[in-house]
Amino acid sequence: MKEIKIKTKDLTLYYGSKMALNSISVEIPQNQVTALIGPSGCGKSTFLRTLNRMNDLIPNVRITGEVLVDNFNIYDKNVDSVNLRKKVGMVFQKSNPFAKSIFENVAYGPRINGVNDKKKLTEIVETSLQRAAIWDEVKDRMHDSALGLSGGQQQRLCIARTMAVDPEIILMDEPASALDPISTSKIEELIFNLKENYTIIIVTHNMQQAARVSDHTAFFYMGELVEFGKTKKIFTVPVKKQTEDYITGRFG
Amino acid sequence: MNSENNNGIPGQEEQKPGTELTGQPAETTEVNTSKFVFSNESLKKQMRPSEFFAEKIITGVAFLSIAVIILIFLFVFRETLPIFSGKAAKKTELSTAKQETYGEAAAESSSGKQEVYGATDDTVVTTESQAGDSLPSYSGNESVTADQVTLKSLAGKTWMPVSENPRYGLLPLIIGTLKITLISILFAAPLAILAALFSAAFAPRWMREIIKPAIELLAGFPSVVIGFFALMVMATFFQHLFGYETRLNAFVGGVAMALAAIPIIFTVTEDVMTAVPSTYKEASLALGASKWQTAFFVTLPAAAPGIFAAVLLGIGRIFGETMIVLMATGNAAMMSLNPFESVRTLSATIGAEMAEVVFGDTHYNVLFLIGTLLFVFTFALNAIAEFYVKGKLMTRLQGKTS
Amino acid sequence: MKKVQKITGGIMMGTTALSVIIIIAIIIIMLVVIIIGGKDQLSWKFLTSFPEEGMTKGGIFPAIFGTALMVLIMSVAAVPLGAITAIYLTEYAKDRSWIAISVRFAVRTLAMVPSIIFGLFGLGFFIKFVGGGMDQAFFGGHLTWAQPNILWASLTMALLTLPVVIVSVEESIRTVPRELREASLALGATKWQTIRKIVLPGSRSGILTGTILAVSRGAGEVAPILFTGAAYYLATLPRGLSDQFMSLGYHVYIMSTQSVNVDQTLPIQFATTLVLLMLTFSLNLVAVIIRSRLRKSH
Repeated sequence: MKEIKIKTKDLTLYYGSKMALNSISVEIPQNQVTALIGPSGCGKSTFLRTLNRMNDLIPNVRITGEVLVDNFNIYDKNVDSVNLRKKVGMVFQKSNPFAKSIFENVAYGPRINGVNDKKKLTEIVETSLQRAAIWDEVKDRMHDSALGLSGGQQQRLCIARTMAVDPEIILMDEPASALDPISTSKIEELIFNLKENYTIIIVTHNMQQAARVSDHTAFFYMGELVEFGKTKKIFTVPVKKQTEDYITGRFG
Repeated sequence: MNSENNNGIPGQEEQKPGTELTGQPAETTEVNTSKFVFSNESLKKQMRPSEFFAEKIITGVAFLSIAVIILIFLFVFRETLPIFSGKAAKKTELSTAKQETYGEAAAESSSGKQEVYGATDDTVVTTESQAGDSLPSYSGNESVTADQVTLKSLAGKTWMPVSENPRYGLLPLIIGTLKITLISILFAAPLAILAALFSAAFAPRWMREIIKPAIELLAGFPSVVIGFFALMVMATFFQHLFGYETRLNAFVGGVAMALAAIPIIFTVTEDVMTAVPSTYKEASLALGASKWQTAFFVTLPAAAPGIFAAVLLGIGRIFGETMIVLMATGNAAMMSLNPFESVRTLSATIGAEMAEVVFGDTHYNVLFLIGTLLFVFTFALNAIAEFYVKGKLMTRLQGKTS
Repeated sequence: MKKVQKITGGIMMGTTALSVIIIIAIIIIMLVVIIIGGKDQLSWKFLTSFPEEGMTKGGIFPAIFGTALMVLIMSVAAVPLGAITAIYLTEYAKDRSWIAISVRFAVRTLAMVPSIIFGLFGLGFFIKFVGGGMDQAFFGGHLTWAQPNILWASLTMALLTLPVVIVSVEESIRTVPRELREASLALGATKWQTIRKIVLPGSRSGILTGTILAVSRGAGEVAPILFTGAAYYLATLPRGLSDQFMSLGYHVYIMSTQSVNVDQTLPIQFATTLVLLMLTFSLNLVAVIIRSRLRKSH
């Protein structure tokens, strides 16, 4: 078992008066892929967004409990959420490249961090695109609009963009749900390769995907964490009946 | 895709380029940083001056709109205060008053004719017999009369600010304004509402996409252009048509003003009608009602509060419009209900006379009082449209369906 | 029974269609009449020369120049202020907070305040209060700024057009998808960085539309400048911010109501009106096109 990267303690979240997460306690290991599964509205995306404090942007959200990264509580009142997000990157469900060139999309993060040196920027952009396995496809049109790329390319570009900021953790919110099977397989391949350098947490609707790419799986249901464990175990011998029902497709 | 992929990929080799990633803050290896990345020091709340000032400045500027509204009221109202405090007469001595007069270029060439245009066939040589067009001649009189401006005299029936014995009765101006408003809303409201109904309920999509911008373009006509058109074309046309005596009158002004009000009423009404939930319409159609029955008996009533708001906004527009009335109504302050007589409205009075008064004069103060009245009235109209009608509309369109 | 219904329906629908036709016909008639009345007078010379012989002959160059200068100064004041207010309303204000509600109400009220009231305000505030204060403070009471001029007229007009800019920019900022904001924030950008680099560039067309609409409105309005800076006739162009100026709309008004000989100058009046109308009309048309494109693309 690898080192523990993220640990939540009794994490509870309310939207107004509605409880969306109920006392979640989980330990997510470093340099592994952890999949969050569960039916829609079960709180898995909400949970994901607590890990880089994206929920802070939504009015009327109240959070109790702790989220410890490297044993440090990121909900400490002295924590700067902007700096936190540089270390905990996020890839969204819908690919969302900026209406800028491919180069500028990837350079966006380094630029706002004050990297202005052209050579350094080019270097970062290139390595990020290589890591996201899209370099070969775009290297000849770095200054074309990113909106001209296909859906799968856009999503890999977004992953490259996230990596350009050099995060520790990458959160992925159903990154392949809107893609065709070939693009999906490319993304999965990529995720598999990235875990050597990053701790990856991925929300997915797709059971096979969770089984293919993840090392650990957490099953959420109605705002609660039902079961957490090694993916192999969850998919073969789940402890809880609910988990089994969901995995075998009896509901969801 | 199947689980073979997990093993089939040469994952190990792929990581090599990854470790080459350098250039990020403090070129440390990953193993090292992970110990320090999430810590009190690295994630400490950071003071970002640009962030702070941006927010403060933006918030500050946003208050400008509120400030302007308040300032408008304060400064327009401030100039009316002398009327109420009765100090009007004892204001600045004549010499400075004369110096403060401005717009002399305009005054010298226009004061004599201010009221006379359109008089070719005009029986009214209006209230003002500006015999002497030199400004001092009347600014000399005001000390005698200014004391007489009381609330009672403001309720008088004569508006004659420039004369031996100036009288500031607002009644004819108010009647004139109401007359014009009534005439023009009678034209504008039915036309605009019916047109909106056509666009929202009957017109096919492509036609709607032409009608809407076309009518909205009318809103882009400067009022001085509409006024010019009314003065030069409509006035003559209507006179031939109806054969009345006064070429420029309330009717011409009212019709011209309707042109200014139509786009507002149309746009708001059309928006409200399109917002009527389609479930309403479908329910009606399902019950066997025809398209027109649905439009008139379902869409129209459902949108009623919004239409009311639209008409209020139209009235507000007509009420405050200056240039059209200034050009097309003849500008005689008369106590008459005949739509074919010349009228003078509150706003036109300000527009016509402000350029020729003496700063601080009673006449000046009364003009500002008229301005205050106009402002308060439009403010109230807007408040009613905003809070009462919109609230009602919201509950009607959303409350019931959800 | 059915037949009666059908006929009533036809009449009802016909009435609504007729209303549309009437309105559009009026617009077309107005356009045609003004074009026919003004087209003969309109020439390059008319646009580029000064009025002559008590404005009974010659061109309207000073009025065009004055209008252009006025809307320029106006835009410089109104566009940034309006855009910032729009940013506040979309990005910073909490939706139901009393501040946001008051700002919105103020903006809508501002849009409804009669234009003549802006004129009064310009006179009472800019000329008497600010201008008078400046004269007292810097010119030893010598009359310099406490009189109508192009600066005060432009600023008055800026207040009038402020809501136009705000509404337009706000509308376009709202079309910038939330996902882009989230992407930027998730990369560790601050709120202001996100606004500057993502939101504002994404709403460029809205800012442009707002500016165009404001210019079109400002060029056509006359009431606010009646006594804050427009002049009947000037032999020279304004040389500074404290000079008065001629404006197209005011020129139309003056020429048609107070000219020495209204009938003789009729062609000039029509031509001036035509120029003003073409200016505002084409600006509006451009704005409508940009806007409908924007709406379609989202």
